[in-house]
Amino acid sequence: MPASKRPQILVTGAAGTLAQEVINQLRETCDIVAVDFREQVWLGDDIPSYCIDFNKRVFEDLFRRFHFDGVIHLGRIMSSQETRLQRYNANVLGTHKLMDLSHKYGVGRLMILSTYHVYGAMPFNPALIDEEAPLKAAGLTMDLVDSVELENLANIYLWRYPDLNITILRPCNIVGPGVRNAISTLLSGERAPVLAGFSPMMQFIHIDDMADAIVRAWQRKKKGIYNVAPDDWVAYQRALELCGCQQVPIPSIPPILPRTILRLLNLKRFPPYLMDFFKYPVIIDGRHFAKEFGFRPKRTLDDIFHYYRENKHPV
Amino acid sequence: MSLAEFFKRRLVSSELEEQINRIGKPIGSLGYDPWGYNNDTLKIGYAITREIYEKYFRVEVDGIDRIPAEGPVLIIANHSGQLPIDGLLIGFALASRKDRPRIPRAMIERFFPTVPYLGNLLNQFGGVLGDPVNCAKILANDEAVIVFPEGIRGSGKLYRDRYQLKRFGNGFMHLAMKYNATVVPVGVVGCEETIPALANIKPLARLLGLPYFPLAAPVVLPAKVHICVGEPMFFDNDDIPEEQVTARVELVKAAVGEMIKKGLNQRKRIF
Repeated sequence: MPASKRPQILVTGAAGTLAQEVINQLRETCDIVAVDFREQVWLGDDIPSYCIDFNKRVFEDLFRRFHFDGVIHLGRIMSSQETRLQRYNANVLGTHKLMDLSHKYGVGRLMILSTYHVYGAMPFNPALIDEEAPLKAAGLTMDLVDSVELENLANIYLWRYPDLNITILRPCNIVGPGVRNAISTLLSGERAPVLAGFSPMMQFIHIDDMADAIVRAWQRKKKGIYNVAPDDWVAYQRALELCGCQQVPIPSIPPILPRTILRLLNLKRFPPYLMDFFKYPVIIDGRHFAKEFGFRPKRTLDDIFHYYRENKHPV
Repeated sequence: MSLAEFFKRRLVSSELEEQINRIGKPIGSLGYDPWGYNNDTLKIGYAITREIYEKYFRVEVDGIDRIPAEGPVLIIANHSGQLPIDGLLIGFALASRKDRPRIPRAMIERFFPTVPYLGNLLNQFGGVLGDPVNCAKILANDEAVIVFPEGIRGSGKLYRDRYQLKRFGNGFMHLAMKYNATVVPVGVVGCEETIPALANIKPLARLLGLPYFPLAAPVVLPAKVHICVGEPMFFDNDDIPEEQVTARVELVKAAVGEMIKKGLNQRKRIF
């Protein structure tokens, strides 16, 4: 096939392991441009890579130069990183700019990585939350407002500009080699905090499976909002046990006590505003995505925990 | 060795292990399901409950085989006795029946998930937060669910109101109709006498964030418990107004009332 016929894709968040997995899967069939606001990464001679803040004007030059057919937006700042304001600027304003440019330059496919955090952790959550459930996170903590706002914006674009073919993916905890989010850091550590008496159910998806899910979603042009999670569940404390982590219990009642302790400790991997995710279950129903896209995760929970257990002491 | 493993080794015989495994439940690779049910914890719970069931409450069951062995089932019972002992006993009766046993789920009060240790423990034994979405998904999973439509109105009942059914919510009927679930009325007699409450200390309950705080002796009395299971009831999924749904609920309530009457007649003495 002549090179010009290959789809041209912009992948954001290129410094992250997930984006690199996705790029590796797509580079055979697509021309890829990689962007990250953190650093410029070298991904081979065939992939132009840039370090650009989406809110800067030069970002538009990329769209002018490359005429993208699709955008895979994985460059979301995770809930446990940076400050609330920085997350808002990058995740809400930055994504807004990205969607605006995508519309302006006629991009035909836009995929956005969200998170299950948008549902919010609270004691009255039912299990197997559907995509149409209310996004309660913004009402529960100001620190997750950016995640919910990002989705709201994407939703507006989803309906206003159907030609963008927007797909929003809400994955459960992404874990595995190279993942640097809060939960992965916890599982790979020697010790991990737990709230005494609370061991909520959790879902984990291996990074390779998540990359597969994104590539599958990219290949089938179906817009919409989808949860991505395997049909397997485990309690948090059991997961720690299986990863060989020693549990450090934090007194859990009254709720002000753990919050104060966590504020004083200020652990990056266990921020006080994400505390309730280690207290109440947020179990999402990934069956809709699995059915629509024929997706089935290949790595089991055992594979995932085995990796963390075996890599406790890196050589 | 964890506490769970210790108890498992002490209490769970290989025979029991096999018995529970045989019943089978839709669970993931590590023995959990989305609501927190855990096969290993259940085995320990089963072994402990057996002692309580057979020796402490000396439960007598009538008609347990009327509960269908397959498909979605709603087990509707009267609630009483301050603590959810009635749910535990009905669950055990069904899980331990000779012919095609089932492990039912029980809908639990909304404040349990906020209680450390206990909330998780109830989940692991099959307790599920009493939310319509949960109940719907469990019925869609073809499981049996124990529901107390009286809710805290029933469990917080005072001794002077014993065996009087409080208002039944309509939620269970809507779910039964939508998911084509069989409704089985159950009457539990004896649990009212386990923790007889004289009064409800409301200010203390409010202070502690509890649904009620009974003025009662801090012991669970060994009342003899009778569980009477009624004939299964079926309801079609016609588009009917709420008034008729309420009428259907009243039918179920009457059937539960009948079962209570039957249990009271069977009972020779309270303890």
